[in-house]
Parts: sequence; C-alpha cells; structure tokens
Amino acid sequence: MSPHLARDLAAIVGARHVREARAERITYAMDGLPTHRRVPDLVVLPGTREELIAVVRLLAAHNVPFVPRGAGTGLSGGALADAGSVLVVLTRLNRIIEIDHANRRATVEPGVVNAKLSAAVKPHGLQYAPDPSSQSACTIGGNVAENAGGPHCLKYGVTVNHILALELLLADGSLVDIGSRGGEPWGPDLVGLFVGSEGNFGIATRITVRLTPLPRAVRTLLADFNSVRTAGEAVSAIIAAGIVPAALEMMDQSCVCAVEDSVYAAGYPRDAAAILLAEIDGGNADAVVAETEVVTELLRKSGARSVRSAASEAERERLWQGRKKAFGAMGRLSRDLVVQDAVVPRSALPHVLETIGGIAQRYGLVVSNVFHAGDGNLHPNISFDATDPGLKERVEAASAEIMSTCIAAGGTITGEHGVGIDKVRYMPLIFDAESLGAMQAVRRVFDPYERVNPGKVVPIHACREWSRVRRSAESAYATRHTPHVTVAAP
Amino acid sequence: MTILDKVTALLGEGAVLETGTDRVPRIAPGSPDAVALLLGTAHQEGWRVRIEGAGTWLPSDAPADLALTTRRLDRVPAIEPSDLMATAEAGIGLDQLRQQLADRGAWLAIDPPGLAGRTLGSVVATATAGPLRHGFGPIKDHLLGVTFVTGDGRMVQSGGRVMKNVAGYDLTRLQAGGFGAFGVIVLVHLRLRTLPRADVTYLLEGTREELTQVGEDIAGAGLTPAALELVSPALARRERWVLGVRLAGSPALVAADETGLGAATGGGRFAALRAEEAHAFWMRLAEGFAVRPVTFRIGGVPATSDELLDLLQHQLGDEWISASPAAGAIRWTGDTSIDRLQRLRRTLAGMEVPMTLERAPWPVRGAVGHFGAYREGVGPLVSGLRRTFDPGGALVVATEGS
Repeated sequence: MSPHLARDLAAIVGARHVREARAERITYAMDGLPTHRRVPDLVVLPGTREELIAVVRLLAAHNVPFVPRGAGTGLSGGALADAGSVLVVLTRLNRIIEIDHANRRATVEPGVVNAKLSAAVKPHGLQYAPDPSSQSACTIGGNVAENAGGPHCLKYGVTVNHILALELLLADGSLVDIGSRGGEPWGPDLVGLFVGSEGNFGIATRITVRLTPLPRAVRTLLADFNSVRTAGEAVSAIIAAGIVPAALEMMDQSCVCAVEDSVYAAGYPRDAAAILLAEIDGGNADAVVAETEVVTELLRKSGARSVRSAASEAERERLWQGRKKAFGAMGRLSRDLVVQDAVVPRSALPHVLETIGGIAQRYGLVVSNVFHAGDGNLHPNISFDATDPGLKERVEAASAEIMSTCIAAGGTITGEHGVGIDKVRYMPLIFDAESLGAMQAVRRVFDPYERVNPGKVVPIHACREWSRVRRSAESAYATRHTPHVTVAAP
Repeated sequence: MTILDKVTALLGEGAVLETGTDRVPRIAPGSPDAVALLLGTAHQEGWRVRIEGAGTWLPSDAPADLALTTRRLDRVPAIEPSDLMATAEAGIGLDQLRQQLADRGAWLAIDPPGLAGRTLGSVVATATAGPLRHGFGPIKDHLLGVTFVTGDGRMVQSGGRVMKNVAGYDLTRLQAGGFGAFGVIVLVHLRLRTLPRADVTYLLEGTREELTQVGEDIAGAGLTPAALELVSPALARRERWVLGVRLAGSPALVAADETGLGAATGGGRFAALRAEEAHAFWMRLAEGFAVRPVTFRIGGVPATSDELLDLLQHQLGDEWISASPAAGAIRWTGDTSIDRLQRLRRTLAGMEVPMTLERAPWPVRGAVGHFGAYREGVGPLVSGLRRTFDPGGALVVATEGS
C-alpha cells in the first residue's frame, strides 16, 4: 500500500477521519462474531456521498482493495479487512434523505441506523419492517449487503422485499442507478441481485425503501412447553391453519434462563423446556382478535402448559426485549459467544434441535437456541472462552457438525447473517463447482478485479473457472467509462 | 447433417416435436440434463435458440435455428405442505400444478395473466404477476430457488428449498423477469401458502374516480385484501370500470375483513360473487391479457396511478387495462404500433416509470425490446451478465430492442 495513500485520503475526508494508528485500527478488527479477527491497514470514514465517491475513485486509481463496513454488527466476519485492504466505514453517511409518506417510501444513506428510520417514519403511521435483533445499532446499508431478516420477517419479509431502488458506487468509482421507486425494475432485477451480495458488488450510496403501515392492533402471546419438540409441533399447527403471525419465535431453556438472569428479564418461565413468542398484528382489530383466539387455541391443543397474552404495551415490550437482547444476555454464560445461523425445513426443527443438543453434549459445550421458528431459521449459540485454544477448536468442530446436520435435513448454511468469511468453507457443501463459478463470474461483472470485500462469500478454490466469462467481463470493464480521479477538498 | 439430424442423434426422436409453420425445429428435452446437452451443443455449433413453454404467452415467432420447449419438463418432484414448499419443473402448466398443490392443501399465491395452461417457467421468466400481487407480492417473492441452464449448457443452482436463504448471490432474482436472457429455467423451488379456508370476491362498478376513492378507503381502513384490482370496462366486459376485491385466508381473518369492507365503503355497495362466478371473473381477467397482440406492464408509485392511467388512455386508448393502484402496477393489452410504444416508453422514462413489454409479435419485441434502453451505467452490467450466462449469444431474447 502506498505510504501516500493515508495522506491522500485525509485530503478528501479530513485527517481525523483516517485511522492509521494500530490502537485505532484494532477497534475494527472484529464484527459481532468473535472467531475471526483481522486488523485493517487503514480505516477511512467519509462523511458525505461526494467524499465516499472520491475515496473509492482514489482507491481505484491506486488499485487498492477495500471493504465497506456499517456498524460492524454482522455475524459472519463479512466486514473485516485483510492486510492490504482499506476499511471504508459508512456510519457517518447517516442522513435520511427523504420520507414520502404518501407513497410509503423513504430514501436514506447507507449509514442510517435501522431503528432510527422506523422511529423517523412512526409519526406518519409507518414502519420499516425488517427488524434484526441488532436494529438499535445496525445500518440500512449493512442490512442491504446482508439481506438482513429479523423476528417480524415471517409476515413482512426480509430486507430484499423492502428495497425498491439503489444508487450504486462500483469498484471503479462509477455510479449506477438501479430499480425504481415504483418497484418495477428497469430491465432485469439488479436490485434483487445486489441485495445480499455482501459488499462484493459495490456500495449502495442511496437506498430507497418501502415502508409499511404500522399495525393498528397487536397481540403478543407467550406460550411455554415441556419439550422443544412440542413447541415445534405447535409452530407447525399454526402455519397449517393458514395463519401467518407477524412473528413466531422460540427460545430454549438455556436461553430463557440467561435472559431471566439478566437485566432483560422478561418474566419467562425458567422451568419451561421451550417458550414461544407469537405475535399477531394487522390493520383490522377485529381480525387480529379473531386470529389471536385461533392461535391461542392451537397452542393449547398442541401441548402448551400455559398461554399468556401481554396485557399492556409495556408488557409486550418487555417480552420482546427479552427476545431481542437474548444474545446480549448470553454474555453472562461465558466470555465469548458464537451466534450461528442456519435454516431447515420447518418440519425438521424438532429432529434438528435434538441433534444439535447431542452435538453440544458430545463436545462438552453450552448451546442455547433462540430462533425464528416460523421460518425454520435456527440460531444455535455456542458459549465459550476464545482464549482457550482447545475450546475454540471444539467450537469450530461443533459448528461444522451443526451446519452438516442442517444441510442433511434439506436446509442451508445461513438465513440472514451471510456467508462472509466464516461460512465460505461450507459453500461447496450446498453449491457445486459450476454454480460457485457462476457466482464468481457475476461478481466480476460488477467488480472485474475483485477489489471490493475480497475473499468473502465464494470460495475461489472450489469454483469451476468460467474463463470465457472472465475475458468478456474484463472486456466489458475496459469499455466502461474510466472514472476521472478527482480528490475533493475536505 | 441437418440440425434436426444432430439433435435427434443427441436426444432421441422423442425429443423432436412437430415443426411449426415457420419450419423451425421444435425440440422438447425430457430432463434438465438434456436441456444442458442441447444448449451446450447449440453453443458449439453456433445455433440460435428460442425458448418456449406451452406456447400460449409469447408468440413462437423469434427467428432461430431451433426452438427449445420446456413442455416435457413437467414433473413435480416435491410437494411439502407442512414446510409450505414445492419443487416443480419449469414446463408444468400452472393449472396442473395448482391442482396438485390443492390436493395437498397447499396454494401458490400467484394468478398471472395468460391461459390456464401457461407454464411455470414462463411465468417466472417474465415475472408476470396478477392481481394477487396486492396481497402476496411479485412473482420473485414466491421463489425459494431455481436451477437454470446457461446458453452454453452449464447447469447452475441458485437459492434452495427453505424459507430464508442468503447463501451466495441471489441469481434467482436475476432469472425472475429476465425473459430467458440469462439462461433457461428448468427447475423452480416455490414458497407456498396454506390453501385459504375462506376465499371470497366482491365487485363494485362505477367511474374510475369513484372506484379509486373506494380503493383508498379500503386501504385506509387497514383491510388486507389478497387482491384489489381496478379493471377497465372492455377487459371486465361491463359498462363501467370494476373494482374487484378478493379476501383470502383464515375464516377468522376473512370474516373480519368482510365486515370491515362493508363499514369502510358505506355497506352493501359491493356485490358478492359465488365461488364459480369469482373463479370465472379472475380467470377471464387473466385470459384477457393473452388475447390481444401486445401486453405490457408499467410500475409507478401509488400516487401516480391515476396520472398513469390517464396517460395510457391519452396515448394508446383505454383498451384493456387492469391496475393494482396500491402496488403502483398497471397492465395494458391491445393493438398498437412500434412507434406508439416507443413514444410511450420515452414519456414514462421522463416520469421515472419503467415499462416492460410482456408479449408482442417478434417485429414489435425486436424493435421495442422487453426493457428498452437502459439507464446510464446499467447497460454494461446487463451486457456483462448476458455474456456471462450466454457467452455465444445462443439465446434469442429481445431485451433492449433495436
């Protein structure tokens, strides 16, 4: 890396927004997953769209790889930068550019915090529906990169269902507008392709999202069970009845106890093998009441020991706080926590959970489960001490077995956290070499020299080479307008 | 050896169907592997291939050396009602698929335009959603994954069989609405819903302005119709515009929404249809879009729906129109010229509204293109993706137009 790069970046963003000292760079060495650690060579924090464009064009001119990063709450090591790469932190690009409440749209910069967008549109009776557990910190740009989910995605869909249009900044510094405010794409669905590409295709500099009306009525139920299997069967019964709750979340006993021991105590019964949080919402209060009665009855018939309805908004918030802060509460169990993410067919949940319990026992690990039961999206969380090398190896081995179990059940390796670097090794278990090669070739259409977030998502060694494709992608790149490199004044 | 001889040697006589009026050999591979073999050979030989399903949506008239029809890819390898998931080959007719799903208590919540036997692959490749888009979203939201064969015969998988999946890039969404430009879809993993236990349709006739207001009242009342469709008199075969409201879901939800519908719209204004009448109404609507020569869709923000309907009326005439105002989606079908379509697309582009040509005779498709000219910077990306998935340009698809 050129010794002048930091100086040139500082000329764009100001010296205080370039981190050179190791002590400062270490801050960015990890994301929410404690098993991977990379210290970036340089960190830059542009404060405006124009600064960001100038930064990326400068990096293109110097042929320097870079890694876009939001709040760093990711759980796959996706926003870590290897030596030789510059970390481009987007949290200062945090303006809500426009709220169009009549058409239920908002346009934001990538560093806007998820919960702040929902708070901003609430006075208009609207919400931004995807609600990852980290929503009080995570950014919309990061949500777009990862195609983030959340508890209420069962009814409202994941991030990709809410993104209408994007302004992209590609690796070569060129800008492209994709999608439209109406939702109909201009041509193929490049927005759908970009969302979830984990930063490999470029940076979304402007994001137009769909907003949804706040539900006028909400009922939150807490049901507890004597076994995880019975709770899983209750989930199936609700779905089979044709009811789509806003959320259907499960926590096992280990997780319940961690929450109840913490400041987030929600009043969950500690002696339950599993609890279910079911939320029914909608615009028609009568419909919500009627469906809540049906769900309550189904929970009871499926073996719930008790079913309690939140009597007030304060109680509802307390029940949800326990769920959303469960990962934090697990910090009480040990020094470190690996939050795993996999998806299985809903009907396989009881079997897979029992198998995961067996894996935990064999490796002598504490595994707590808190997950989106309605989608079959599991989060087995392994508590451990990362300073113990032997233990870390056991965690890695147990994680691999959990992934294999989910794949064998017809599932996949990630439902909302992304592949990043953590799960690159599992990609060949679910995609053949041809399909991985196709993904790599698509990436090269956007970024022919693979400079944005290198080493993530696709395991290069496992790809079948699409050599003709590489040549044609490079030729397309050569014919594309070469950006004029300008260094903006800070 | 002729192309036909080579294909017969490659796939057997069973794969060769009767040649159409344009004398282009029509080949129906019997498996995804056979599709890959055929396209790999076409790529090597430099043959140009047009993709067909049942032949009921896009006219079979694109100039090509051979036509690849997916109609023998009609198996349904998996229906999992408890997981609300099914896997189906691309050539199965939607009517057959619907029946098989209904027999297992499951429902694919899409009602695309076209005839009942239209293939699943055609619907996915063209992303042609119908009125149910109001309640259940566009076609892409019903897909968990696809397997497709590239123009040079490579088989690629994308997505999977589970409800959430962010493993790898989402090539499924590239295929949905790609009109076959990025490969031939051979297998589709579908997100299902439980067959609604209650499903009712209400109609209201009136002026467009009146019905638009009623539609806004329904949305304002917080009701959640599966469909809320504004239909032009010609398409509905009525004297006036028609607002169709479909409520589908659990009996509890539908009963509450029926009460809400009455309260929101002044009570008793809507006519309830019997089940067979409702079926006929929605079917007629879908089939109407496969009758006239040209069909396209446009997508604006909800507040511009009225303005867009006026624009269509002004530039092309009322003809047959169906709109989901709240979703900002409008579909038009009728007879018009290349000039008018190009002029309309330019006007719409000025309003930031994309227009997608869904079906038309080849001369129109070739000139106007399904998508038309791209915005600045998008063209190289789309060209790069096309070269990625069809490096020899074997697949005949009019994406941009001439």
